[in-house]
Amino acid sequence: MTDTTTDSQGVRPHAGIPLEHPDAETAHATERAVFGFWIFLMSDLVVFALLLATYAVLLKGNSSAPGPAEVIELAYAFPETLLLLTSTLTLTFATVALREDRARGVYGWTFLSLALGAGFLALEGAEFAGLINKGHVPQVNGFLSGYWLAIGTHGLHVAIGVVWGLILIAQFWIYGFCPAIRSRLVRFSLYWHMLDVVWIAIFTVIYLPGSLVS
Amino acid sequence: MRRVDAIHLAGYAASLALTLAAFGIAKFGWLDGTIALVAIGLAGLVQAAIHLRAFLHLDFKGSQREDLQLLLFAAVLIAIMVGGSLWIMFDLGHRMM
Repeated sequence: MTDTTTDSQGVRPHAGIPLEHPDAETAHATERAVFGFWIFLMSDLVVFALLLATYAVLLKGNSSAPGPAEVIELAYAFPETLLLLTSTLTLTFATVALREDRARGVYGWTFLSLALGAGFLALEGAEFAGLINKGHVPQVNGFLSGYWLAIGTHGLHVAIGVVWGLILIAQFWIYGFCPAIRSRLVRFSLYWHMLDVVWIAIFTVIYLPGSLVS
Repeated sequence: MRRVDAIHLAGYAASLALTLAAFGIAKFGWLDGTIALVAIGLAGLVQAAIHLRAFLHLDFKGSQREDLQLLLFAAVLIAIMVGGSLWIMFDLGHRMM
């Protein structure tokens, strides 16, 4: 990146929630960090796209039972989707509260988003436990390998996100609303929203076509 | 209502409607066969685009040139690697039949 990004008005923002900055130096540091985080998000997106491609290849070449018709249950996927979609909205409210310096809003909305994420993980855990009980484990066939790999990687990301969010809340609590930690919440919200986009791809590619077959 | 809240609520409502439509097609068989698959795929694409605009605030008017270049680069990478993998592996599968 070159320094041509700065103009007389200060710093032009990268995509993401714009925050008010106390000075141009802080603004510049925040925007550089946000752009770096976008590079990570895009590389993560490439990983998920390839996991879904792997799933499609393994599904097509799958020769032994069980297939999607016996394994996929929308009874889990649908409430999981609603929880994740809603948590994206509530985390947005947290960043809006941060922008307007409403501390209680930041704590409350962030915590609610993490609780919804934890609910998503609980449902996914129940789904996976049910699969294990029926013997639908990854090593059975190609379809199950791809299924567990793609959905498990997303679930792992959500779990890391929940831990990250709790650490952020603790940092706000201990250090107050200083610029460094404010910019961390912006990056955390980008991460969380991107995981929601990945989940849209997962239910569009894996759950819904899989349940159509039945 | 503040503009920043309006776009989030509109994005959430549109996203919810598309989710319900896609799950409805799969659950209740509103459409069948290839048409159902195409409809679900389109709903997913539109929903992902809505999320990028409403929640990730991708907006090329206000953002920097690097953002556009980064996204295009990632899109090209995904198109080459995903498209190429599916093409080669499905062709291979076809030849093995």
